[in-house]
Amino acid sequence: MPPDQSTHQEPERPRVGLFVTCLVDFFRPQVGFAAVKLLEDAGCEVSAPLNQTCCGQPAYNSGDSKSAAAVAEGVVRAFAEFDYVVAPSGSCAGMIHEHYPRLFQEDPVLGPMAADLAGKTHELISFLVDILGVDRVEAAYEGVVTYHDSCSGLRELKIKAQPRQLLASVAGAHLRELPSAETCCGFGGAFCVKYPEISNKMVSDKADDITATGADTLLAGDLGCLLNMAGKLSREGSGIQVRHVAEVLAGMGDAPAIGQIDEPMRKEG
Amino acid sequence: MDPTSHQFKENAKQALSNDNLQSALAQMKVGFVERRREAAEKIPEFDRLRDQARDLKNHTLANLDRYLERYERKAIEAGAHVHWAETAAEARKIILDICRQKQAKLVTKGKSMIAEEIALNEALEADGISRVETDLGEYIVQLRNEPPSHIIAPAVHVLREEVEEAFREEHTHLDDARRLSEPSDLLNEARAILREKYSEADVGITGANFLIAETGSSVIVTNEGNGDLTQTLAKTHIVIASIEKVVPTLEDASSILRVLARSATGQEFTAYTTFTTGPRRPEDTDGPEDYHVVILDNGRSDLLGTEFQDALRCIRCGACMNHCPVYHAVGGHSYGWVYPGPIGSVLTPTFLGVAEAGHLPNASTFCGRCEDVCPMRIPLPKMMRHYRQEEFDKGLAPPAARFGLDLWRFAATKPRLYRLGTRVASWAMRLAARGGSLRKAPLASGWTDHRDMAAPTGASFQDQWSARGGRRRPSAR
Repeated sequence: MPPDQSTHQEPERPRVGLFVTCLVDFFRPQVGFAAVKLLEDAGCEVSAPLNQTCCGQPAYNSGDSKSAAAVAEGVVRAFAEFDYVVAPSGSCAGMIHEHYPRLFQEDPVLGPMAADLAGKTHELISFLVDILGVDRVEAAYEGVVTYHDSCSGLRELKIKAQPRQLLASVAGAHLRELPSAETCCGFGGAFCVKYPEISNKMVSDKADDITATGADTLLAGDLGCLLNMAGKLSREGSGIQVRHVAEVLAGMGDAPAIGQIDEPMRKEG
Repeated sequence: MDPTSHQFKENAKQALSNDNLQSALAQMKVGFVERRREAAEKIPEFDRLRDQARDLKNHTLANLDRYLERYERKAIEAGAHVHWAETAAEARKIILDICRQKQAKLVTKGKSMIAEEIALNEALEADGISRVETDLGEYIVQLRNEPPSHIIAPAVHVLREEVEEAFREEHTHLDDARRLSEPSDLLNEARAILREKYSEADVGITGANFLIAETGSSVIVTNEGNGDLTQTLAKTHIVIASIEKVVPTLEDASSILRVLARSATGQEFTAYTTFTTGPRRPEDTDGPEDYHVVILDNGRSDLLGTEFQDALRCIRCGACMNHCPVYHAVGGHSYGWVYPGPIGSVLTPTFLGVAEAGHLPNASTFCGRCEDVCPMRIPLPKMMRHYRQEEFDKGLAPPAARFGLDLWRFAATKPRLYRLGTRVASWAMRLAARGGSLRKAPLASGWTDHRDMAAPTGASFQDQWSARGGRRRPSAR
């Protein structure tokens, strides 16, 4: 459907606020556009409020609840008007869904607003499948892909089957499971720079496991984890392409992979 | 044991460059996870049992005084001597006094983390009392003169070759040419040596997995049967347990036992589950003449009613560390005190304070796997976050981190300024990387020492989105 006909012809179209996430905004904006395409294709009217920055997790996980609340307040206010809030990240969606109510539990004004926001906030892929009932996408991607289940999405939001279900409908893509898919990649936000040696051990093990699958593409639903794993694979000289799952599902898998310049040179089949 | 939690980073660095340790950890991290998964999948009601176990412990903790008093009364009725120890020092004194009174020369010890917590080994040694650990793993770490690195598998960090080395060094009375290449060779040798010690010992000390209020019994679970021999063959048996080990009834203990072994080793049940009620009765053929129970608080009662009360549900199964990627990377000794892994990252700051142990709750990616597998559903990441908050509130967080957070907050609460900042940073990174990745970046060496940093692929989403008037593709006008 043409995206630029935002008219009032279809009054039931759910109004979705896209929480872009700071990492997608900065490092890989096309993930945001992939999310917009997937949401619009599924019949949503998508807006991305300009007054959003970050969900506040860096401060929240550093024990600085005041700063976290200051930043989160901006999100609570910016997204109050939407039917749904969707983020292409289990980590940021999990922060809003799981932790915002706790962050504002003693605030008589923001408390109820945060609880309302938490209830309508979803991670992109699980929103498409679980809420909108999307069961397939029109996309093609030639190659053997493997999938990493990012921790917050997997454990806080129970995202496991949804991306696999949609990937199964991508023409040409074959999923080969990563045995350690549920093991943390070692990103952990500030963890990776606070404890670089431990993080390095974790991401090195992960890179070995990814390589051992023989897949030519690694997908996941969180850009933090993807940047970490892509950075390690690239440092090791691996040719494995790393992408956000939304790019492939939106038929935008032909852009250069994370950290790469050239057109991808994927092995066929 | 002098804690080294404050130098967690140095400990971790050493652990990461220790090849033997890394081989041992690579073996353990697969086995425990697979076995627990299979055990949990075998019974469809596993998650319901976890809920039950959690609720049961919550109920017990809400009525802890009542159940402890009931336990004491029933235990005394059965002939036990019950001792209350508020601190580690008091517990040590009680045990040493019993040993002195019995003129004990040799003590056999079953596995007990409480004994580690109160530094009992050092106290026995200082008193000239010999000690033999009867759990194979504990025996191995005793020979190697080191503390356990895991709460149910004390020698999980030791390779078979290193066990052989320790045995050859210690058991010099045995034939040099004997075969010790198979794990069973090592097991049999340890067994033969320990057999002699059980009846030689004056006092046998064990821990307890449960104290049962209904009957006054203590319960231990083991796989080697060493605990039974330790507690029945010595004339005096001392149980050392902490206050939260009490459960109301036998039925309750068996409910928790259903999740304990499955979570720990993936067994349905441990090989031995032993219930002990009082000393030997006149009609019994064996058993200790004296049966003492030392019940330790050591700060636990202070946790009641706080956000850390849930940690008292812990049944010391070890599932959290078995599934922890940080534990897998650095091993148990890096944590620097008695309890390693995620539960250690909560208990160590509880016992020693955040000034000593502040690193531990920080050294987590919050991947949440520990909470996911905890049979008692202890919200471990949430508690670690509490400690991060306490550390931050007390001003103990590193100044660079505080400055970074202040700066981030300043920008992230001002969207226009934030967008300007990202525009400049994005432009600089793209210029430096020419669209690909950076191998080095200023202020980001923690990242780029080990991995490349992808440069932004273009202007930020927000800039592109605004430029397109809030549309996905440039409009085709």
